[in-house]
Amino acid sequence: MNYLSNKLNKEISKFLIPVLLFPLWLLLYLNLEKITDLLIFSLIGLTPKTHLTDAIWFFVFEVPKVLLLLTLIVFVVGIIRSYFSPERTRKMLGGKKLFTGNVMASLLGIVTPFCSCSAIPLFLGFIESGVPLGVTFSFLIAAPMINEVALVLLFGLFGWKTVLLYMSTGLLIAIISGYIIGRLKLERFVEPWVYEVKAGHLDIEEEKIAFTRRITAGIDAVKEIVSKVWIYILIGIAVGAGIHGYVPENFMAGLMGKSAWWSVPAAVLLGVPMYSNAAGIIPIVQALLEKGASLGTVLAFMMAVIGLSLPETIILRKVLKLRLIFTFVGIVAVGIIIVGYIFNFIY
Amino acid sequence: MVSVKILGTGCKKCQTLEAKVRELVASNSIDAVVEKVTDLQEIVGYGIMMTPGLVINEKVKSYGIIPKDEQITNWLKGN
Repeated sequence: MNYLSNKLNKEISKFLIPVLLFPLWLLLYLNLEKITDLLIFSLIGLTPKTHLTDAIWFFVFEVPKVLLLLTLIVFVVGIIRSYFSPERTRKMLGGKKLFTGNVMASLLGIVTPFCSCSAIPLFLGFIESGVPLGVTFSFLIAAPMINEVALVLLFGLFGWKTVLLYMSTGLLIAIISGYIIGRLKLERFVEPWVYEVKAGHLDIEEEKIAFTRRITAGIDAVKEIVSKVWIYILIGIAVGAGIHGYVPENFMAGLMGKSAWWSVPAAVLLGVPMYSNAAGIIPIVQALLEKGASLGTVLAFMMAVIGLSLPETIILRKVLKLRLIFTFVGIVAVGIIIVGYIFNFIY
Repeated sequence: MVSVKILGTGCKKCQTLEAKVRELVASNSIDAVVEKVTDLQEIVGYGIMMTPGLVINEKVKSYGIIPKDEQITNWLKGN
């Protein structure tokens, strides 16, 4: 009896943690600007409107704001992800026709747990079970590009509209690129051994998971992701703060502004070999934007950095011939450039 | 004797899991052979799509995560 009630208490306390923490979170988040003002001007007594104060204010305000947002969203996404697994996704995508398959794969790419170090086993698992090549690619493009860390930062720094635009254009790129790769019938440029692999079948039963276990999954996700990206966020915001405080207004307008037509392809060319996660790149992007860079150019840069990374392409070489890799990178890069121009045109 | 395999191509999580398993084997003085599998075909042969995978006596116990110490010890002891 005692054991049972103890166990029950433990289960309830798991619910309680998020329920109790949320009001605290909200209070802190909504008052962050006031708290920062209090700290910087009243407590430390820095003189307003100097470059240094501007930079410090930016840093002190942005770091907790981004970390708060990140914690909340990663927790929620962690719970959502516990409902999806690569096995289930693969089952849903098996034998799907082009286009419908591409749309589904891109959407599932957002919610299925994915880490670029698992890209190869996942690729093999998909192909082996009959998911078409183009559909597999839609998944592989959407999964890293549209991730919760990128969405949180975009929302925190630019607001709803930009998140939606980023998400919808990212999805479009994944759908269309995968569709084109499927249409081009590039299967012969996949290393031949891939099609000979006999993947084993897992007999881990998909048990019904209690909701408290999903909360634990959410908390674990927060621990894992926040401990991994906080340092990038700190560095990114520090660089952003420097640009914010010291770089003159409109400094970037000539270089990365609308009038410079070549800025979008240049940003993509620069972004592809660069490797960073969303956490490090977005605060910099925000500062660039503030100084006159145009949204399309900056978003294209960001998509290229996050979505097309050199290390991932090198890993893919194990299963794909060079021609297919170049085609893949080329199609996605062109997609990103088009998106960049569209944004520059609209705004 | 328990046969333990860690499946993974060398991501950080895979190394963490390997170190952890070796430590648990030693601290519980379990008679086990711990082996790291990096060959892709062999990894896929176990049917996992997320690394690291943990295989004990040829049965996949977990994949994509680093299980809790308690859980790993239980598996190692054959429960």
